[in-house]
Amino acid sequence: MSTHETTEVPDGAKAVDPTDPNLTYREVLEEGLRRDEIEIVHYEPQFPVPGTKAEKRVERLVAFLLLLCGLAAIAFVVIYVSPLGQPEEYHFGSNNWDWFTPLLGFTLGLSLFGIGMAILVYGKKLLPHEIAVQQRHNDPSSPDDRALAAGTLGFIGSEFNIQRRPLIKGALGLGGLGLGAAAVVVPVGMLLKDPHKGDPGGHDPYMTTGWNPEAFNNGKPVRMVREDHTPVRPEDVSTGGQMTVFPDVPGGTTNEHADSPVLLIHLRDEDAQTLRDNLHKYPVNAMDGGSMWNNFVAYSKICTHAGCPASLYEQQTNRLLCPCHQSQFLITDNAKPIFGPAARRLPMLAIGVDDEGFLVARRDFDVSVGPAYWERPSK
Amino acid sequence: MKRRKVDLKALPGATANAVDERFKVARPLRGILNKVFPDHWSFLLGEIALFSFIVLLLTGTFMALFFDPSMTEVKYDGSYTPLRGQEMSHAYASSLDLSFDVRGGLVVRQMHHWAALLFVAAIIVHMFRIFFTGAYRKPRETNWIIGLLLFWLAFLEGFAGYSLPDDALSGTGLRIATGIMLSIPVIGTWVTSSLFGGEFPGHVILDRLYIVHVFLIPLVLLALITIHITLVFIQKHTQWPGPGRTNSNVVGERFFPRYVMKQAGFFMLVFAVIAAMGGLFQINPIWLFGPYRAAVVSAGSQPDWYVMFLDGSTRLMPAWELTFSIAGHQYMIPGIFWPTVVLPGILTVLPMAWPFIEARKNKDKSIHNLAQRPRDVPQRTALGAMAVSFYIVLLISGGNDIIADKFHISLNAMTWAGRIGLLVIPPLAYYITHRIALGLQQHDREVLAHGVETGIIKRLPNGAFVEIHQPLAPVDDHGHPEELPYVNWTVPKKMNRLGALGPAIRGFFKPIEVPVKPQLPPAPEKEREKTSV
Ligand code: HEM
Ligand code: FES
Repeated sequence: MSTHETTEVPDGAKAVDPTDPNLTYREVLEEGLRRDEIEIVHYEPQFPVPGTKAEKRVERLVAFLLLLCGLAAIAFVVIYVSPLGQPEEYHFGSNNWDWFTPLLGFTLGLSLFGIGMAILVYGKKLLPHEIAVQQRHNDPSSPDDRALAAGTLGFIGSEFNIQRRPLIKGALGLGGLGLGAAAVVVPVGMLLKDPHKGDPGGHDPYMTTGWNPEAFNNGKPVRMVREDHTPVRPEDVSTGGQMTVFPDVPGGTTNEHADSPVLLIHLRDEDAQTLRDNLHKYPVNAMDGGSMWNNFVAYSKICTHAGCPASLYEQQTNRLLCPCHQSQFLITDNAKPIFGPAARRLPMLAIGVDDEGFLVARRDFDVSVGPAYWERPSK
Repeated sequence: MKRRKVDLKALPGATANAVDERFKVARPLRGILNKVFPDHWSFLLGEIALFSFIVLLLTGTFMALFFDPSMTEVKYDGSYTPLRGQEMSHAYASSLDLSFDVRGGLVVRQMHHWAALLFVAAIIVHMFRIFFTGAYRKPRETNWIIGLLLFWLAFLEGFAGYSLPDDALSGTGLRIATGIMLSIPVIGTWVTSSLFGGEFPGHVILDRLYIVHVFLIPLVLLALITIHITLVFIQKHTQWPGPGRTNSNVVGERFFPRYVMKQAGFFMLVFAVIAAMGGLFQINPIWLFGPYRAAVVSAGSQPDWYVMFLDGSTRLMPAWELTFSIAGHQYMIPGIFWPTVVLPGILTVLPMAWPFIEARKNKDKSIHNLAQRPRDVPQRTALGAMAVSFYIVLLISGGNDIIADKFHISLNAMTWAGRIGLLVIPPLAYYITHRIALGLQQHDREVLAHGVETGIIKRLPNGAFVEIHQPLAPVDDHGHPEELPYVNWTVPKKMNRLGALGPAIRGFFKPIEVPVKPQLPPAPEKEREKTSV
């Protein structure tokens, strides 16, 4: 903008030649400011009389802060290389290593605090205080400039003259479209995965869990195991007790089968009776004679809300609480959601006992486990 | 020999000339050195965000040298004994190594986490400052929109980072994220399976999130922050109204040296706070949570604080599942779709449109460089308070189980309080804020008209009492002050703001000086003459 370079001086002030070697720094600065439309309207040294006690005090403070910075930094390095940082092993409970990280943080923080305050005090207390005023220019470009830019663009457009070349226009559209499509198709296509196409056996992953005999166990019912792969007998769960069990298939206890964990509950007689009476309310659970085995019932642990393990079992009220958003399921009523955001029951797993007396899943879940989705079968 | 000796005194000048001959920088340099910046504490909020971002880049780059996002299982044999021999992913194991076996790794890890929390907090408070002072108005709408994008990017970046160590909390967070993705109508399962490379958790999600966290989002953040700050430079910062300050000037200090020193010092202080927190306050002790297992979660598992408002909205949502059939097929929209996909959508689009909505409502096309005091725009301020209170109810609900546990309140009562509060509190906040803003304005006007209260009560001959005011303007012939115009800026309300003496006794909470004892009765005439000088 040409206004910035103007050398004409208003108000009769003398034009200043910044290359004049006799000028002081201040005079040159002010000439620069004038050209940038800045004016220092107030300029006040912090200590008009140099060398006062007050000024010395501030100087000492800055020096002290810098010293603090250096000392703390040295302490940091010393602690860092000290044996504190390299024990053989870590246990719970207090040991020397517990001091290592806090000391590092403290010394580093102190050191940075020192330099930060030193800079701040130097700037705020020793450098002159000023009030400067700079003009803004709120108007847009001048009509001339706008017209010139518009005309230039117009001319460039006319140089292409695409309007007069319908063939190129059409081809360009098509080419652009094609390239654009390619640019989308490639990354999306690379990621894209059909959600319902599973293993070669054609099992829909959203409908199949580790309890599926056909998919994972050569058609034999899958045993229930603990996390350490030991199978479970009914006697292992005391009345009123519960246990998290996994399918006894390869990787069944790992995140490989993240939708398979099941909560096995041994109900008290009266609760079991209540549940049996309620089975018909949710027909899926009553299929071929009911999914319970004696007083045992197994529900999917995967919350139907967003998939957290619904794992807090309240014996007194027979409620299962999901800690993520506090949905509560009533065990004695087919795990019906009775509070919170979950809208669907926890699926029940049909269980039984095999010839060796171990608990098994008679078949996979009859419904899709876990959170809902658009095309989820409503069964 | 002598002739070749370098003239040290001429060296800087010679170098400067050499540089200018090549890059022609003398004039832009002068412009930057002299640029005037207005100063106010509330303008530093954006800086806190910027500085914590720099700390994030520094600490994050260090950690990237040691972290391994692979989800392949290994047996842990590092030096943290309680977990030795356990199966876990490389990601979790390398996070443990970073905490225990890399010297000083834990400080850096914790600094990174604290910096992330501070980053988002600073962004949010900064955004409030921009909103309540109207700094988003023309010509700064673009920066407002960029700012909102920055907020959501910071949110995603934080979430991605939180997921990386593959501890119990990361996994739980990711699992909920799948639940949210699955709820998107029509494409939910496709999106989820594509991102996870199959069913949750699959084998690739951490590798993908790693690239997102250390490359993609930081790159975009860096680019947008650069544009954001360049725009502040070009458009010049807003300033508060006040003596000599107009819509077409900037009153402040030159960029160099004092303003820059303040910035540099402030950066060091922010850095210092993060370093001290990183050392002294434990955060995300992943070794206590254990590796992620789909069947395990502990009560009171919390996301990072900035995710809590969405956790809260999810908790408060009633169990509404929409099912309907199209062409004989049953379809459904799960309830979680509304609080976690639709709500954030609204929270993005509505604020983005706000500058334009407001300008349109006020038929306002002018340029605004003066910030507004919240009280001077009661409607906007009240709307803002409404939004803030909505946000706070959600935030509190995100930790309602912790509150219920600590204060022995029923969890269900907390949820219901949140549901009702979400509907009742924001309108109430609107009403109250509106009244407060008008009240403050009114008081300013009174002071301008009648003057400052002096605390002096005068008794008139007829027995009535009047309070004496110190007029701010010259008085007319009848002794009445002229009424001063309202200029949307601070009005002095205390006598010592007008140069009257400050309180005689120092000390804020309790006096530092002993108050003067009650005086003895005046000495007789003669003595008095002796003592007075
Ligand atoms: C990555 C996060 C962010 C960083 C590093 C950042 C940084 C900054 C800085 C350093 C400034 C100049 C000083 C100041 O006014 O505080 C600024 C100004 C501004 N920011 Fe941000 N900011 C961030 C996020 C946001 C967000 C979330 C919004 C709003 C939605 C926003 C809107 C603005 C606006 C409108 C200005 C201009 C203010 C004015 O001139 O008065 N920023 N930002
Ligand atoms: S995941 Fe169980 S309530 Fe949300």
